[in-house]
Amino acid sequence: MRLADTLQFASGSLRGSPTRTLLMMLAMSIGVAAVVVLTALGEGARRYVVNQFASLGTNLVIVLPGRTETAGIGPGMLLGQIPREITLDDATAILESSAVKRIAPLTVGTASLSRDALNREVVVLGSTSDFLEVRHMSMGLGRFLPAGDIRESASVVVLGNQMKRELFGNEQAIGQWVRLGDRRFRVIGVLAPQGESMGFNTDEIVIVPVASAHQLFNTSGLFRVLVEARNRDSIEQAKHDAEQIMFQRHGGEKDVTVITQDAVLATFDRILTALTMAVGGIAAISLAVAGVLIMNVMLIAVAQRVKEIGLLKALGAPGRQIRGLFFAEAALLSGIGSVFGLILGYAGSTVIALMYPSLPVSPPWWAVLAAFGTALGTGILFSVWPARRAAKLDPVAALAGR
Amino acid sequence: MIELQKVCRTFTVGDQQVAALRDVDLRVDAGEYISIMGPSGSGKSTMLNMLGLLDRPSSGTYLLDGGDVTALNDEQQARVRREKIGFVFQSFHLVPRLTAAQNVELPMILAGIPSEERKSRVRVLMQNYGLSDRADHKPDQLSGGQRQRVAIARATVMNPTVLLADEPTGNLDRNTGWEVLKLLEGLLEQGISLVVVTHDAEIGARAHRQIHMLDGRILSDERIEK
Repeated sequence: MRLADTLQFASGSLRGSPTRTLLMMLAMSIGVAAVVVLTALGEGARRYVVNQFASLGTNLVIVLPGRTETAGIGPGMLLGQIPREITLDDATAILESSAVKRIAPLTVGTASLSRDALNREVVVLGSTSDFLEVRHMSMGLGRFLPAGDIRESASVVVLGNQMKRELFGNEQAIGQWVRLGDRRFRVIGVLAPQGESMGFNTDEIVIVPVASAHQLFNTSGLFRVLVEARNRDSIEQAKHDAEQIMFQRHGGEKDVTVITQDAVLATFDRILTALTMAVGGIAAISLAVAGVLIMNVMLIAVAQRVKEIGLLKALGAPGRQIRGLFFAEAALLSGIGSVFGLILGYAGSTVIALMYPSLPVSPPWWAVLAAFGTALGTGILFSVWPARRAAKLDPVAALAGR
Repeated sequence: MIELQKVCRTFTVGDQQVAALRDVDLRVDAGEYISIMGPSGSGKSTMLNMLGLLDRPSSGTYLLDGGDVTALNDEQQARVRREKIGFVFQSFHLVPRLTAAQNVELPMILAGIPSEERKSRVRVLMQNYGLSDRADHKPDQLSGGQRQRVAIARATVMNPTVLLADEPTGNLDRNTGWEVLKLLEGLLEQGISLVVVTHDAEIGARAHRQIHMLDGRILSDERIEK
């Protein structure tokens, strides 16, 4: 029997009981759609996080004070010491590594920002001219912090986009003076709107030279040092060098933590991929249920078509051909059901993407393939028993409808 | 051509063994017209199923063209049925969702014959049996006689060597029955052997060789010169 004829015959018998066929396809397509939508959500979450990290900068190594590793109680803790702070000199020393392209020291604090009667609390970042590049930010107006000796303070400030709007509205801001804490700063630039990244709204910050920030907050330590490696391959080297340099400068004590953006990103990536696969797997259970339904329907079909099977045998169809016909039916049912499911799933993903534009919802290709494959596989697998049953029918009894 | 040697067929009903055929010897030659008669339960239908390879003997040998058919596997037996044997049933056994033409086409589909050849053979056959204007009708839109004609067309489309008919007129009124019987008898001219199972003595009497059965045995086997 030819394949085209087999498929045609099978589709004919499916059309013979349209309601049952439609309900089966519905069950199958809901299963497939569930897998597609849920994995699309998982993948969306993963890509959201990855994008957030990527927006922080590329090839980043971050140096922060203190050990975050659990190593029991060290002698320093018993003496009531706090971790030694990272100084500006420490930060510049990291530049000695050949793997490091540039660095941006970072101090963070809050201060009240005012202009005339307008006044609000803001997050103040103290950094250097390289911060803009390292953090992948862009300027809206004016210019960023001037390059030069990073130990030198200057009374200049760069405003986040929203800060500018709140203080100046549509007025010219560049060249104007604002008050930050007890000091006066001249506005030299306004950041382009960047929106939120990692839960931190860069539109609501102001940036001053790191030395000025130290004076403002009366500190000398750094919150972070952002280190940009030369390229992707030198990230590990940069991390190692940064650790070594800090180790030497801090008198042989490992009191800083160096993390790479890649490592953090990879961890999130792994967790979220696992999560996506888990929800996909849970959704795949509905495909197994649909498979059992297919088996049920096939068994009914065998029972209802006993006479027809007997006739086919009398006309010279071997058991193999009868099995093939039932397999073809199952494959058509689950195949067409899956196609509808994919359409349904993609439509669902699109609706979610429209409802939550910030979430890059899109079903991953492996999930789509897996859903299709599982649907087709379970459909055929669960029709093995009914098909064998049909093939084994005794033709005499079958013709008599027994 | 077909030879049954000491064929027995026993069924197990509950815990009892019921013999449907007991040591039957029968030889069917090419072009023969045989009727098998007997009361119900005499084993005539089992005999027909045996001849058509739908049933396997419990013991004994079935020789087809000199070869032992009982030793063949399912696939090979199906092939023999497809190529050498045609069936006509009392209740027609047409597939209800297929049209008359599609029903006739069915054996050729199973045999894997290309579509164009199938279509032309169906067309010729439908014309021969006066069914051309009924080709696209479903079985439930056909009269009993038309249905049986479609079934005969289906049984002969693969050019079998033997045609087995189980009460072919049983579900038809007298006149239609005669027409169908004449149609079947016409096949003899093509060299097809015809075996008709019937309990109607009048129909049975038309055959050139009449076999009477009782309790699974052949009671009499007469050849009548006509």
